[in-house]
Amino acid sequence: MTSETHTDPGRDQHQHSEHDPEHGHFGPYGGRYLPEALIGAMDELAAVYEKARLDPEFIAEFTGLLRDYAGRPSLLTEAPRFAEHAGGARIFLKREDLNHTGSHKINNVLGQALLTKRMGKTRVIAETGAGQHGVATATACALMGLECVVYMGEVDTQRQALNVARMRLLGAEVIPVTTGSRTLKDAINEALRDWVANVDTTHYLLGTAAGAHPFPMMVRNFHKVIGQEARAQIVDQAGRLPDAVTACVGGGSNAIGMFHGFIDDPSVRLVGFEPGGRGSEPGEHGATLSEGSPGMLHGALSYLLQDEDGQTIEAYSISAGLDYPGVGPEHAWLKDTGRAEYRPVTDAEAMDAFQLLSRTEGIIPAIESAHALAGTLRLGRELGPDGLIVVCLSGRGDKDMDTAAKYFGFMES
Amino acid sequence: MSRLDPVFARSRAEGRAALIGYLPAGYPTVDGSAERLTAMIDSGCDIVEVGVPYSDPVMDGPTVQAAADLALRGGFRLRDLFRVVEQVSSAGGHAVVMTYWNPVHRYGVDRFARDLAAAGGLGVITPDLIPDEGADWIAAAAEHDLDRIFLVAPSSSTERIATTTAATTGFLYAAAVMGVTGARDRVGVAASGLVARARECTDLPIAVGLGVRSGDQAAEIAGFADAVVVGSAFVSRAGEVAKLRELAEELADGVRRPMVPSR
Repeated sequence: MTSETHTDPGRDQHQHSEHDPEHGHFGPYGGRYLPEALIGAMDELAAVYEKARLDPEFIAEFTGLLRDYAGRPSLLTEAPRFAEHAGGARIFLKREDLNHTGSHKINNVLGQALLTKRMGKTRVIAETGAGQHGVATATACALMGLECVVYMGEVDTQRQALNVARMRLLGAEVIPVTTGSRTLKDAINEALRDWVANVDTTHYLLGTAAGAHPFPMMVRNFHKVIGQEARAQIVDQAGRLPDAVTACVGGGSNAIGMFHGFIDDPSVRLVGFEPGGRGSEPGEHGATLSEGSPGMLHGALSYLLQDEDGQTIEAYSISAGLDYPGVGPEHAWLKDTGRAEYRPVTDAEAMDAFQLLSRTEGIIPAIESAHALAGTLRLGRELGPDGLIVVCLSGRGDKDMDTAAKYFGFMES
Repeated sequence: MSRLDPVFARSRAEGRAALIGYLPAGYPTVDGSAERLTAMIDSGCDIVEVGVPYSDPVMDGPTVQAAADLALRGGFRLRDLFRVVEQVSSAGGHAVVMTYWNPVHRYGVDRFARDLAAAGGLGVITPDLIPDEGADWIAAAAEHDLDRIFLVAPSSSTERIATTTAATTGFLYAAAVMGVTGARDRVGVAASGLVARARECTDLPIAVGLGVRSGDQAAEIAGFADAVVVGSAFVSRAGEVAKLRELAEELADGVRRPMVPSR
């Protein structure tokens, strides 16, 4: 893939080669590839966020909600019976599945909902794949009295029907998206179209650390708490820093939050696991960093699954939350600099790990998180019995029972 | 100097606005799109916008999305764009390209500019590239004598209008409404305010687009803008060349009877 990166004709011409994450430039990646009509809203959001992040009142409100509403800090749980299958390395799970609404998504959603109120906006729109971000957004909107509209690919509304019901119960309007591949990518397209038409009253509460500035930096900062807690907990519980921290990567929000707790610890490897789907052929996976090339989608330059003409190639994964052909621009930068590594994990490996964690630890992970678990089993065998790994268990698997029951044949009498 | 200057000089001399018509290349087929764009010119379009079908057109409504999907499913490749532009240009038409930025980035910005100029194209409208991110394009456009047509929107601040117009050549594209492409009943109010604000920053011709579908709407916009852009309305009539011609004639009549703006 490195050779492809260097022969990409567009890449070296890009003007923002300087690394300036605070202004949305992660090396050559990031930026704002958006219609002019939305630039005013991005400027407003960046300004309101810059002010809020330094405001003790905002910080107190945000950390208070994380503690008293989301249930933070989340636990760090050792998984010894699971780890027996990883060559004896010690494995700890960062339990984002125990947060209110069942995933890490609540961290970012609470932060952005508070910003929505600060901007005086009354309506929130969001995209969702697996439904985790949609449920979290509907939850925060219910809590704060905001109108909520969630765009969800029609394919995903079917495979995640229970989450659609949860969002509607919480008072959100769920709009099935019937364009393109009818999954997460198309839900984001529809949300952007809504936003252009309604930007005066509406905040687009983007659910991952991708998109145009300030989203990648801001969403990452709202999720940094994952890595910060995990670092203190592993030092406390294991007496040392881990050899590696791992996470699944779709858009990359749980991974970037986890990685940032350890980014200044050079001895700690940062390893992201992407959806390898059914194989490495185009259209059979969502392994953007492993198989893609630099390109723009949804407002930023990053890695992208695209054809020779720059048309987006539709991603595939058994996991609705990882079924995305793009990835956050900071991950592209971490890959190119070698600070983080990214590897694909197939549907089958993920489903094996999904069942293994359930049966060895009594914890049912989200299928998204099961990709990280499967990769961690492999990494553990590489590290050997002295290895120590912290894996981000980004969400719980209740929502995946329909997919799992079909996959394992549990519904057969 | 822009190679589009004579077009606007002529329409101004005639006391009217110019008419700009849009159709995606490859819709309904590659040769079919060239034939239709040429017919639009024959029937009164002063300039045509040749669209590049793209998988994720976030600024477009259902009509243009469906046309782009059909073109891509029909096997449209980026190299076909240059063939369409060449056919339109060699028939005497003034062609600019409207494209989302990733296909250009992927093709190579300088290579794209070179091949478009060689095909006779005059410039590029970039709905998701703002000048802030466009240094490589600005350089390539200058090198190959192409116009770089950036957009302003009703939400643009005065400061952004100033920096955007400073980077623009040929004409400025003013988005009439906050929203995606698609025919609408009313378009005028936000557009006239935006054009007035833009005139304080630039002497460039200003084209107004998004939502225009009728001769009367074209007449209304011709009262305050230098050009009227029509897209989705052409796309939805592209099934029959006769209907395209009919619409072009109606719009060409509209831009020739500019309404005095009401205060």
